[in-house]
Amino acid sequence: MTFRRYLVLAFVTVSAPLGDSFLDKGMKQIGPVSLAHITTLFHAVATPWIAGGILLLIGFFASWLTALSWADLTYVLPMTSFANVIVALLAKFWRHENISLSRWLGIFLITAAVGFVMRGPSYTEHEKPGPARAPAKSPEGACL
Amino acid sequence: MALHHTGLANAVSIASIIVAATTGDVLIASAMRQIGDLDEIKAHSGLIGAIKAVITNARFFCGVTAMAVSFFSLLFALSHADLSLVAPASASLTVVTNTIAAKIFLKEDVDKRRWIAALCVCAGVVLLAH
Repeated sequence: MTFRRYLVLAFVTVSAPLGDSFLDKGMKQIGPVSLAHITTLFHAVATPWIAGGILLLIGFFASWLTALSWADLTYVLPMTSFANVIVALLAKFWRHENISLSRWLGIFLITAAVGFVMRGPSYTEHEKPGPARAPAKSPEGACL
Repeated sequence: MALHHTGLANAVSIASIIVAATTGDVLIASAMRQIGDLDEIKAHSGLIGAIKAVITNARFFCGVTAMAVSFFSLLFALSHADLSLVAPASASLTVVTNTIAAKIFLKEDVDKRRWIAALCVCAGVVLLAH
């Protein structure tokens, strides 16, 4: 794992909750949308918060696909779950909401899970029958 | 009797979210494994080449379709059950089913460390939802 790959994983973790928060803020500004005025949703896409949220979620999907191209699904999954922790911490320190003891325990468990997984290998090597492209998946990868 | 049916409907709708989400995750992970390291493809063929490699992969499209089915199953489940039940139940169980599916279909080396992590995430998501 290289520093650049850790940055991609960090972006996977941060971009999804941030994108959702942007969408939430944008839709709160617009207010409830009824079926009779469904076209309001198309105009909503052009507002800064919604557009920013969509860009962040596109970035999340791109970085998630990139991560899955050099890491196992079971390695990347706990990172995406860490987004729940970020949402809870944002609620506590940005919106000053109360976090119950069970939520702190949940935060601890997910953080511990990420710690467990990150200490292990990121990719399961499979033997390929054809011409070897082993250097591509070496732990010290090509990038950065 | 009605309560029994409601419970059954909730269980079926949550199960369909989990099955579709797991199928989507595994198919997309399998597609990315088949395509290879995107960083390398980008270095050789540029960003357009990397995007082309992804969107021309049939397995990737099947995965995205399964994710779409999962999304509509979620909407269907939310029309019957509360978000406080559906969201944590589907999110936490999907982590476990993904781990099992990754072991069986993707032949990932799911050691004790990853099992513990999956169970910690599963419990953590449930606790965060309360």
